[in-house]
Amino acid sequence: MDIDQFRRIQSRRRFFRDCAGGIGTIALSQLLAKEGRAAAPVNPLAPKPPHFPAKAKNVIFLFMEGGPSQLDLFDPKPELEKWHGKPLPPEMTKGLRLAFTKPNAAVLASPRKFTPYGQSGIEFSDYIPHIGSCADDLCMVRSMFTDAFNHHPGQLMLFGGSIQVGRPTMGAWVLYGLGSESQNLPGFVVLSSGVGTSGGESNWSSGFLPSTYSGVVFRSSGDPVLYLSNPPGVTRDMQRAGLDALKDLNQEHYAETGDMEIASRIASYELAFRMQMHAPELLDFSRESPETLAMYGVNEEPTKQFATNCLLARRMVERGVRFVMLTHASWDDHTDLNRKLKKNCDIADRPTAALIKDLKQRGLLDETLVVWAGEFGRTPMVEIRNPRDANNAGRDHHPLAFSLFLAGGGIKGGTVIGRTDELCMNIVEDKVHVHDLQATMLHCLGLEHTRLTYRHLGRDFRLTDVAGNVVAKMLA
Amino acid sequence: MLREGLLCCALFAGLATAQGLPPAAKGKIDFARDVEPLLARRCFMCHGAQQQMSGLRLDSREGVLAGGKSGIDVKAGDSANSRLIHLVSGAEKKVMPPMGAHLTAAEVGILRAWIDQGVPYSAHTATHWSFQKVRRPAVPAVKNAAWVRNPIDAFIADRLEKENIAPSPEAGKLTLLRRVSLDLTGLPPTPEEIRDFLADTRPDAYERAVDRLLASPHYGEKWARWWLDLARYADSDGYEKDRARPWAWRYRQWVIEAFNRDLPFDQFTIQQLAGDLLPNRDPDMLVATGFNRNTLTNREGGTDPEQFRDEQVLDRAATLGTVWLGLTVGCAQCHNHKYDPILQKEFYQIAAFFNTQEEVNVMAPMPGELGPYLAARPEFERKRKELFDEYKVYDAEADWEAKLKEAATNPGHHDDWDFAYGEFTHNVDSAKKVLFRDPAQRSEVQRDQMMDYFLSACGNLYPKEHCEEVRVREVRTKLNELEARLPAVSYAPVLVESDTPPKTYVHIKGDWRDRGDEVQPGTPTVLPPLPAGPEPPRLRLARWLVSPENPLTARVAVNRLWQEVFGRGIVFTSGDFGTQGDRPTHPELLDWLASEYMQRGWSTKQMLRLMVTSATYRQSSHARPELEGKDPSNTLLARQSRLRLPAELIRDETLSAAGLLDLRVGGRSVRPPQPKGVAELSYGGSVKWVESTGADRYRRGMYILFQRTVPYPQLMNFDAPNSNLSCTRRERTDTPLQALNLLNDPVFFEAAQGLALRVMRESAGGFRNRLDYAFQVALGRPASDKEAARLGQYYDDTVRQLGSDDATVAALFPNKLEGVPEREAAAWVEVSRVLLNLDEFITRE
Repeated sequence: MDIDQFRRIQSRRRFFRDCAGGIGTIALSQLLAKEGRAAAPVNPLAPKPPHFPAKAKNVIFLFMEGGPSQLDLFDPKPELEKWHGKPLPPEMTKGLRLAFTKPNAAVLASPRKFTPYGQSGIEFSDYIPHIGSCADDLCMVRSMFTDAFNHHPGQLMLFGGSIQVGRPTMGAWVLYGLGSESQNLPGFVVLSSGVGTSGGESNWSSGFLPSTYSGVVFRSSGDPVLYLSNPPGVTRDMQRAGLDALKDLNQEHYAETGDMEIASRIASYELAFRMQMHAPELLDFSRESPETLAMYGVNEEPTKQFATNCLLARRMVERGVRFVMLTHASWDDHTDLNRKLKKNCDIADRPTAALIKDLKQRGLLDETLVVWAGEFGRTPMVEIRNPRDANNAGRDHHPLAFSLFLAGGGIKGGTVIGRTDELCMNIVEDKVHVHDLQATMLHCLGLEHTRLTYRHLGRDFRLTDVAGNVVAKMLA
Repeated sequence: MLREGLLCCALFAGLATAQGLPPAAKGKIDFARDVEPLLARRCFMCHGAQQQMSGLRLDSREGVLAGGKSGIDVKAGDSANSRLIHLVSGAEKKVMPPMGAHLTAAEVGILRAWIDQGVPYSAHTATHWSFQKVRRPAVPAVKNAAWVRNPIDAFIADRLEKENIAPSPEAGKLTLLRRVSLDLTGLPPTPEEIRDFLADTRPDAYERAVDRLLASPHYGEKWARWWLDLARYADSDGYEKDRARPWAWRYRQWVIEAFNRDLPFDQFTIQQLAGDLLPNRDPDMLVATGFNRNTLTNREGGTDPEQFRDEQVLDRAATLGTVWLGLTVGCAQCHNHKYDPILQKEFYQIAAFFNTQEEVNVMAPMPGELGPYLAARPEFERKRKELFDEYKVYDAEADWEAKLKEAATNPGHHDDWDFAYGEFTHNVDSAKKVLFRDPAQRSEVQRDQMMDYFLSACGNLYPKEHCEEVRVREVRTKLNELEARLPAVSYAPVLVESDTPPKTYVHIKGDWRDRGDEVQPGTPTVLPPLPAGPEPPRLRLARWLVSPENPLTARVAVNRLWQEVFGRGIVFTSGDFGTQGDRPTHPELLDWLASEYMQRGWSTKQMLRLMVTSATYRQSSHARPELEGKDPSNTLLARQSRLRLPAELIRDETLSAAGLLDLRVGGRSVRPPQPKGVAELSYGGSVKWVESTGADRYRRGMYILFQRTVPYPQLMNFDAPNSNLSCTRRERTDTPLQALNLLNDPVFFEAAQGLALRVMRESAGGFRNRLDYAFQVALGRPASDKEAARLGQYYDDTVRQLGSDDATVAALFPNKLEGVPEREAAAWVEVSRVLLNLDEFITRE
């Protein structure tokens, strides 16, 4: 599809499905039919069949911004003890360029205790026991690598498949490829906790795809979607009455000009009103059981915000939202690693596990792809910003070897993919590039990554740029 | 398209021929379109630049004809006896390519036709339409001569007559006035302007209105914003830190003024790309070079400043291609352009023009600023010196600089010094160079910047205790007080030639660390040569762009003017005039316009006047169902198009209807109200959105401060560009978020209240009179009877419903005003909301 085609679709979008079918004071469709103008019902957000039968329908991407330390969470390296305080062997760091640390910096051992969990016996650190308890549902990838060693470029790579700004992001591509199942909510939603991320809007931008496909930020305070509540004094009935008058006048103008864009505009206002009506129900947790709320940790600190977002993510996929992106910032622990990492784990561990278990017990995990990842990992070497404070030690960005996990639709649980060397400096088995992760995620959704393309500036672009291979070992 | 045609022919002709080879495709082969992509996809991996298996090389015509170790593979004009065809069609035991699917019969057919037609290779690129010199075509004679107002119409009518389509009737006077006012100034006509226009019965009343609008200072605003899309203008750096650019607006100011004085487009071009190099330049021409200061700047800690300086240079080269040449030269960053005749080396030759530039900020006073500033400066400097002496700041600063120098020359010894030096390089322009320059040799701006940075970043290098010892915070406070008393003077971000210019190298595979051959400034060989001469290369480049020999610049520029007033370019892909771009729908018209632009001395105002006074422009925009099948995208222009207004103009029009719009032209960017939680999504919540006060809250949309990582929501909801890259064409989407924005955003609700107030105050009489006034203000026309009936019913219902609900009334219309009945006013707020949400209101009809 290209922009010209898109525009033609735009002019007919949603009208026939939502506007003409949904509301009918004056049947615009009849008006159209009289003029012999009934066009094919095409809508850029209408659900589209995948390229091949899919395992997963929806995605929940838990983006742990900043680069969580795989050495202290997912990839145990007892060998680090031996090297602690000494530089890495030079052959291991040849040509290495890191953000802040010199290649000859000393190794920092991890004080974390790792324990095997479940039937699969995958090891997790003592900071994330709840995630550990989901081990048999998780596919742990310990051999991720990426091309960028700074945050913003790394995030552009993870979500846009290129360090260039301006590319469409993963969520936008998925929405473009599969459309939305929801009549009342946006198809691609962004939830956030913690502080703002380096990538910001560029992590959920539609890039050069039409902005219809960009992520809609659900906010944690104030209106969940910008401008969702009526102005002061305007009740629901008044809003409806105003929209009815607006619709009638717009239809009048349509009759005069014959411009299909007006029909589309009417439909957008109706969807906006439905969002206004349904968002409160989405946000209303009163019908969730106390056990569920407690499992996530919705009503207590420090989990409250993250847990609320996780529960919202589940409720969104239940209601047909295609892609939920949940960001938590920041895991960028250059300093004070032990304390800061614990703080983030205390926030994220329990709700993450609750989300996976909750999806599973409701039969939703099979059709939902869950990913938990940062844009890169952290170095085995120490970073010291304040030499006078020994407890201040942290780790630098590490793009060459990091870990993440997936679960749910299409993913083989209880597996570990890849292996790093004894010091987690380099990958020694089953390297998985970010493009491979993207190709595999799209595969789970029934999309062939080389076929999901959009023509822009004279060439077909895709999420995986010119690379990417589906990682068969990850698949169920 | 021909390609589809070729495929079909090959498929339907069947596979059986005398020799069992698939038949040659019918029709004329276009090498770039039909053959090269196929060779690139299936052959070049083994028979291209990198590798020549069996000695065969297919990436040049010579290579194809020379054959490989096993002899001649291609006999020009005789595909049936060319070994290559036998190999790819499976006629021999060995099949090429050896991996992947075999070529389809259609693909073999294309190769056969290519060989049969004499193996045309690359020569196509020289014949591509947009690389031909602009020639002024004769204006066609048409049957419907009475309709023709100027030559534009003759070209349009000529094509319509060939298709047997009649043009649409002229739009009504009111529609026309609103249309042309929005297109030329971005503002709707005022009730007075409407009245005057209706009263003007002279035959040239419309042309007079056009001239009035072109002379309006708001013309410069409207068209500046159009240019700022191309200039990727923003008020912040972008990337993680996204630091504010407090002087970015100074370039915007230049653009507004340039449009208002109708600076010819050739001068407009030269000043922006090479204003610093012009002989006898005035300071204004230097400000123009701010065009290329709008590239992103990455100040993320730990990044290599050189990498992102390099990215800026490459963006400047790519932007030159997009904006002036309409070519995607940026595609040649990593490899030769796949479709257009632009070599990777040539991309870096373009980059070489910009690689020697250096970013500096210079004083660029606005009228009236300089005198008071200069008068106060000596006193300021004296007091500042006293302050610094008192606190021994100079010593501390010198010590700080010494430590930074040590970290720069001898890193790896002090982690905290190294870190501080890294941060320093991201926060001071040309940091390393300035650091090592004798302080006496530094410019005033550089000296101030070093001191400012020292005072703000002391803690990065020194332990906190040390900074406290020097009492940096006290110094800062006192210095702020001194600075606050110094009369304001404006600065401008500009580019000048560096006195230590780096060399430019091809980046192998686009990787800045992987240097290929050194290159000199140069232009693509497919275009006319860059004249030699004594002037610096970048100035010659700028002059070359706007020389009459350059086939692209005038076409590309005029096409974008056309796009803005007709909604669609004559070349739809207005950023791509290359082989992958769309062909012009009216090639002769495009050339006529391009030549006219040059003949009229590149006067943009004259070209716009020509366009908007044409009969083509003045047509009704109503749909014509009978043309929907034939011309769904209105490429033939048998009518005007209805166009949803751009983001900024929706705001302007709304505030204007409310009587709130601040019409001052130019100046700094403003921060109108936005909900809490938007700016907080910036990196670490570092962006602070301090709402503007007073009239600044109601400035035009183009003055809203554009913070790249957390842009103003209303702008983004309505498809304003994200300003990371040059934007040649905005989308016009239609989303529920737009509806929520217009219905519920406090800014728009306040506007509805403003319109209600105007209705109550400025109109009198019954509902219908007042409604007509509201329509006049918002839509530039009176209400129809049907509309009046529907809204009358809505108004009555609302008044009834509000009843004695004082709280709701007060919420809707909080102003207590003498002589204004509150309940009626509150109902008018609701009616106003309907009017300000109408599709017609946000559309240029």
